[in-house]
Amino acid sequence: MSLDDLYRQVILDHAQHPRARGVLNGDHVIAVDLKNPTCGDHITLYVRLQDGNVQDIRFTGEGCSISQASASMMTDLLKGQSVGEAERIKNIFLKMIQGEALTEAEEEALGDAIALKGVAQFPARIKCATLAWKALEQGISEQSM
Amino acid sequence: MIGRALIRDFPILQQQIGSAPLVYLDSAASSQKPRHVLEAMQRYYEHDHANVHRGVHTLGARATDAYEGAREKVRRFIHARRTQEIVFTRGTTMSLNLIAETYGIAHLGPGDEIVLTPQEHHANLLPWQRLARRTGARLVFIEPSPEGIIDETRLMQAISSRTKIVTLAHISNVLGTVNPIRFAAERVHEVGGIIVVDGAQSVPHMPYDVQALDIDFLAFSGHKMLGPTGIGVLYGKYELLKALEPYELGGEMIDTVSLHEATWRDPPWRFEAGTPPIAEAVGLAAAIDYLEALDMRRVEAHVLQLTELATQALAEIPEVTIYGPRSGRHAVLTFNIGSIHAHDTATVLDTMGIAVRAGHHCAQPLMKRLGVNATVRASFYVYNDKQDVESLVAGVHRVKEFFGDVFR
Repeated sequence: MSLDDLYRQVILDHAQHPRARGVLNGDHVIAVDLKNPTCGDHITLYVRLQDGNVQDIRFTGEGCSISQASASMMTDLLKGQSVGEAERIKNIFLKMIQGEALTEAEEEALGDAIALKGVAQFPARIKCATLAWKALEQGISEQSM
Repeated sequence: MIGRALIRDFPILQQQIGSAPLVYLDSAASSQKPRHVLEAMQRYYEHDHANVHRGVHTLGARATDAYEGAREKVRRFIHARRTQEIVFTRGTTMSLNLIAETYGIAHLGPGDEIVLTPQEHHANLLPWQRLARRTGARLVFIEPSPEGIIDETRLMQAISSRTKIVTLAHISNVLGTVNPIRFAAERVHEVGGIIVVDGAQSVPHMPYDVQALDIDFLAFSGHKMLGPTGIGVLYGKYELLKALEPYELGGEMIDTVSLHEATWRDPPWRFEAGTPPIAEAVGLAAAIDYLEALDMRRVEAHVLQLTELATQALAEIPEVTIYGPRSGRHAVLTFNIGSIHAHDTATVLDTMGIAVRAGHHCAQPLMKRLGVNATVRASFYVYNDKQDVESLVAGVHRVKEFFGDVFR
């Protein structure tokens, strides 16, 4: 396992220029704060869920390049998707991070986030990669309650 | 002999991480164990194990001798007056909680003050926060210098006639600074209070004399001084321990028990309810033997020298920010490279076999003061050497190269 497998160019690009940093306000917005208490990284994820769709999605917070890139890729990917599709993509992502094999269709569904595949070989960094996705998971489950 | 030559005694340090030899720079989190410690524990389990202070059989007597022998060894190591002043606990954290929950609850009330620093490890902050909430006492924080130094003037300003407890890390686990314990003890005794010392980072690194420092309570851990996990020490002046209620109740700590009442044994056994960590005590005694053979004065000088060397070398790299003073640091060097996150630095170093800590070091309030979320910490101990400092410096350059275009 090499460093280049972990830090693919597209990851560093997302970390350096995160796509959807910012805050959302107003109706239908769910905000989820999540911390990684072992390292102090934190994220606030804002999702505007309307008519069963992820109408807009943004994040703020601080963290390492893996957590920032993962959040950026996720927001990129999920904006405009239905909640059901967002959940499906999230599950595929979590499966990949656990090191499970993906089908070609599943790989395609992940867009840029497929670049985070190498994280599975760095167990200490898995929590960095999943922070944003866990926030999404929490937000969706709060919404459906 | 000290430094790299000791690696032959530490099986774990002889391995490769990937294709690089392991460079272990995380002893401030937990040190590695020499064969002497591992073999002493193995020998104990193979030949002498039984429960202590109970049976009349031969093994029971041997186990008790081994356990109480370890206590005497700890007494000598920190220069306590009496063996009964050494209480075995699970570690520094338990020792500090024990003091807060026994001495603190008994002696503090509304308006009383607990003096500490904003640089404490969570283990020396949270027990006092809870104690203050329960008793109405107040936490008073000494304001450190911008470099994190607590000098005598700053201490004096915090201590008043309302001070009941001063509690300080002897050495900061983030900044490597040494706090003026002897001076703090004098001042707090003048106002009728006591001093509690978190010795987790100091006892492993220097000759220790609790009587010369006039410490009332001292907490430290076995696993940071070449010993096993699961054992630590609470030292307390005998008169203070003798006046305290027990912390946990159960077997072995009682004098007599009836259905509705019980009386307690004398210290230290009053504080050691249940079966204690016997093999761990044996391991800790072996670790002390090992350290004493090295000579604690040489341990201190060696580690200071390596930390100084590493601090100077990293200070020369323009992108490196060092947190805390640039000289006189004990054992720990905390830094970041440009805007590269500590985790990313640590991952790159790990691929070179270099183990460092990355994160908040269980000192979130201090991290906030430093204005960072996470830092990288390299820490040195007896088995480290100049080559390890060189590896660290090479590692930092590699991190810079790797992320060079991305983060500045």
